[in-house]
Amino acid sequence: MKLLTHNVLSSKCLKGVSVGYPLRLNATDIKVVDVDFNSEFVSRMIPKINYSALYEAAQSIGHHNGLPDAVADDYEHNDDFLKAVHHVLLEVDVVSGDLECPESGRKFPITRGIPNMLVNENEVNEINSSNGC
Amino acid sequence: MCAIASNIWQRYLLWFAHDLVDFRMAEIKSLISVLDINMRWVEEPADHPFWIVEVPSEECVKKLASRSISLRGVIELWAHSNNISTLHQQLKALNPNVYQPYLQPHLSFKVEVETFSNHLSLPELVDKIEVQSFSYLPIVGPVNLKNPDVKLWFMEYYGLEPNNIPELPYQYYFGRWITDGQRHLMKKFSLKTRKFIGNTSMDAQISVLMANQGKVKPGDLVLDPFVGTGSLLVPAAHFGAYVLGTDIDYLILHAKTRPSRIQQKVRASDESIQANLRQYGLENQYIDVVVADSSLPLWVKEFELDAIITDPPYGIREPTERVGTHKVPQITEQQAPTHIPSKIDYGHDHLYQDLLNFAAKHLKLGGRLVTFIPILRELYNEENMPKHPCLELVANSEQVLSAYVCRRLLTYEKVSRPSDCMAGERTFDPSLENFRDKYFNHCEDSRQVRRQKHYSNIGLRDSNSKTDRIAPESDT
Repeated sequence: MKLLTHNVLSSKCLKGVSVGYPLRLNATDIKVVDVDFNSEFVSRMIPKINYSALYEAAQSIGHHNGLPDAVADDYEHNDDFLKAVHHVLLEVDVVSGDLECPESGRKFPITRGIPNMLVNENEVNEINSSNGC
Repeated sequence: MCAIASNIWQRYLLWFAHDLVDFRMAEIKSLISVLDINMRWVEEPADHPFWIVEVPSEECVKKLASRSISLRGVIELWAHSNNISTLHQQLKALNPNVYQPYLQPHLSFKVEVETFSNHLSLPELVDKIEVQSFSYLPIVGPVNLKNPDVKLWFMEYYGLEPNNIPELPYQYYFGRWITDGQRHLMKKFSLKTRKFIGNTSMDAQISVLMANQGKVKPGDLVLDPFVGTGSLLVPAAHFGAYVLGTDIDYLILHAKTRPSRIQQKVRASDESIQANLRQYGLENQYIDVVVADSSLPLWVKEFELDAIITDPPYGIREPTERVGTHKVPQITEQQAPTHIPSKIDYGHDHLYQDLLNFAAKHLKLGGRLVTFIPILRELYNEENMPKHPCLELVANSEQVLSAYVCRRLLTYEKVSRPSDCMAGERTFDPSLENFRDKYFNHCEDSRQVRRQKHYSNIGLRDSNSKTDRIAPESDT
């Protein structure tokens, strides 16, 4: 699981959890992969992501080196900054570990790089309320 | 935007493959929009596979062909008529500026003949070139049949009914081949050679069509919430999108289901959606897949997508399921970590409403939702297709699966942002509810009825013994 995915995942599917964000990240195995740098994509992503959550997640797994703790003002033209964000967003891959709901402490395992966000039937709201989100 | 080379618009012939005709116009319209192509029809396009269009420059049709999988190719139209002598007159009167650059001593050439709907043998085709004798064209280069620099096409169009062709063609076309469409992607992305496939992986042609309907462009973020084996992510990634998927089935995402290939006993250990993208050199475009229930909220509110391209389960070959139970759930703390959640049926009316709500919430403005919906043909009513106040249905193409069942590719565009408590109208379309039950029961009923009809038609009164054997095999 890449940190870009972590940045947009929440645990609000759980009954009684209203925000469920950001999920606490515990990694037991991390792989750093090579992904081609696409400055346009990264700069498009920056306003869409929660930068402090990204920074904290990177820090919690020890991959924040080189990542500034705030968005650079001129980020669109700052290739060094974009490359640092690119690395953390797309190249740091959590192969195993878990994601922990900040409100309930419920853990969602990550195995073979795939997070399992399924909840048990007693953890969801009544069926007749249509959420679809 | 295509550069406008001159004020004179040029005429081109778009030659389509005669397959999935109902998807053709929708694809071209989507591509014109996403590639920002300026194009106009000379005549309103119909079902026939030759469309004459006008564009400001050749670059425009080349761009179109670089994406379209409906398109076989594009021809610079030199002459066209419903009458062969007029065609020759047009060619003779052709401005030399049009052909001179391509009819040079150093450029090899080939003349090809297409007789649409009328199958001719090779000698007959060669004969056509001889008989028609385009010898007045100042062709001076050498012939090269394998790899010519210039391909000239002569086409005859005999209508759409191969069993009922007229003596003379309806239309004649002559021109220079400009470029191929993307039909080669059908081979490149063929499921036969793909690493990881499942029972309901989407075939290459339709998955490319879906990516085009989604107006996918480089750098987009595309999600499939019923991802399965990721067959819809492949063409989206091919067109430059970054792709994400979710699925409720843990086993399929981890490639632990039974293999779909008959010769294959067990799945290889390295099968995965990511491996598929790697196979095509698209691994850079892969973000993640997540095991999750699409009926429940998963993403943060701000998460914004450029397109949602999906093929939800129909309940026939893959179950329609969501997490839930009809009993009072009792799971002890000890069981919880290893408990496999129980699932209940996820009715199509709920599923599509949830999908539209999701799209209205997470698509960017102008972003598209592309989804298939299975339909019993006789219950189809356009008015009953799922609706949402923020989404406009921009295309609706039918793929016929049997005499009774089809699926329709619906393309929605997000036209406004939802207010906080706005939800889709629930459309209780009779064909959306209990599709599975209807699918099976409907077929059984009609099979008998059909048999009776058949017997009465051929004038046989009793339907036993011998007559059973001559009854046509019913398609189920």
